[in-house]
Amino acid sequence: MKKLINNPEHVVDEMLNGIVKAHPEYVKRLPGLDVLVRANKGDKVALVSGGGSGHEPSHGGLVGTGMLDGAVAGAVFTSPTPDQIFEAIKAVDAGKGVLLVIKNYTGDVMNFEMAADMAEAEGIKVDKVVVNDDVAVKDSTWTVGRRGVAGTVLVHKIAGAYAEMGADLAEVKRIAEKVIANVRTMGMAIQPCTVPAAGKPGFELKEDEMEMGIGIHGEPGTYRAPLKTANEIADEMLEKILADREFKEVAVLVNGFGGTPVMELYIVNNHVNDVLTQKGIKVYKTIVGNFMTSIEMQGCSITLLELDDELKKGLDAKADTIAFRC
Amino acid sequence: MITKATVIAVIKDIAARIDQDWQYLTDLDQAIGDGDHGINLHRGFTTVLQKLPEDKDIGTILKTVGMTLVSTVGGASGPIYGTAFMKMGMKLAGKEEMTREELLAALDEAVAGIKQRGHAVRGEKTILDALEPAIEALKATGSWDEAVKAAEEGVEYTKTIIATKGRASYLGERSIGHQDPGATSVTLMIKACAAAAK
Repeated sequence: MKKLINNPEHVVDEMLNGIVKAHPEYVKRLPGLDVLVRANKGDKVALVSGGGSGHEPSHGGLVGTGMLDGAVAGAVFTSPTPDQIFEAIKAVDAGKGVLLVIKNYTGDVMNFEMAADMAEAEGIKVDKVVVNDDVAVKDSTWTVGRRGVAGTVLVHKIAGAYAEMGADLAEVKRIAEKVIANVRTMGMAIQPCTVPAAGKPGFELKEDEMEMGIGIHGEPGTYRAPLKTANEIADEMLEKILADREFKEVAVLVNGFGGTPVMELYIVNNHVNDVLTQKGIKVYKTIVGNFMTSIEMQGCSITLLELDDELKKGLDAKADTIAFRC
Repeated sequence: MITKATVIAVIKDIAARIDQDWQYLTDLDQAIGDGDHGINLHRGFTTVLQKLPEDKDIGTILKTVGMTLVSTVGGASGPIYGTAFMKMGMKLAGKEEMTREELLAALDEAVAGIKQRGHAVRGEKTILDALEPAIEALKATGSWDEAVKAAEEGVEYTKTIIATKGRASYLGERSIGHQDPGATSVTLMIKACAAAAK
């Protein structure tokens, strides 16, 4: 596996420095830490997210006006540690409280919870939401629940918008939980990804195979099947999402996993939009691009968010970050 | 009595065993998780060796190991192993040597800490499936060799069950047939204890 890197152990450090050198007007790095915070600290409730690296532009690229205030970068596909998250919380807190946006992975939840305990011990108001939008995974008492995937970007967007408008911590949390309750995602891959330090792919697919229901760390999905056309794949993913709950008016996010050409993402969206329209589901807004990636994995996820006026207002509000502007 | 020197030797041996086997642990994790278990533990124990406060008491040494793992390993293993070592350290605070009973009490604390942090119980294809039987065997027989045997049987047992905790739980029935990487890494640690007991 070829990679454009210097040393597998330095990828996160060099990437973070590269981001800051490119976008000093948006972000700065806390000295000695793998934490990016807004260059212009807001006087408002702060949002902190993060997770393993390899999902770029999440989460550092979503730090800025109307979205995140801090992003903590772990090693590739590995949750960041509590001390790093704690430093992020301390740095962004403006005295109005901090909301942690956590993707539902065992490690992420544990490390963010430990950091929240540390922050509370220092008298910082902290609360958390856990995103679990992945319909590929069974949500039962026998699993740790659904994974948090691309829908997290919409949580950042809408909860971030309300924080920017001056909502208090309880209100920002309520909005974030409303997004989580109404967002569903399904992903698939046609080529695996390679964690730099591992040096070999996390899974293998034959030339004519796809993995349906893949997670954003290349973790195995729900089943493996022969590759189909983009339209057939989109049909199958939508079927799974639409079976999970009712949708009337939605925001659509067609998210690339890093290795799929934007051309192909638009091909998928072309059909997604047609199918939703045929089913009488109104498409209020569509977002297409690489937002929650899995290094160089080829594949995509489809996210639907059921909207109401409150969520529309947050979705339409101004956002100005490295990777998401509107 | 178990001396501080023995505790230090065990920690160094654990680091050496992980240095030896980190690729194997990562391969196991690639099959049912996200393929970083060995990489992360290797990073953690490499830092542990640099930070080991050998002139301090057993409690401080174990707490330092735990805090170092929490701040360097990440993932789920960081909080879980970190909590286990920190709990043992708190139970053994100030001690330059310990009795067998004190060690067993500290191990019970470690297990309680893991259960609390991971919201896990035995039978969910986790570290507990090797660790708990090992401690039980140790209590019953007094033999670390029996503890290793029980841990290895626990690892074999994890091949037969569905994961319901951690990232492997997303696989459902597809996790059957694969051994748990966490149960495997804790068995390495129990082997280091057994080697030191000889």
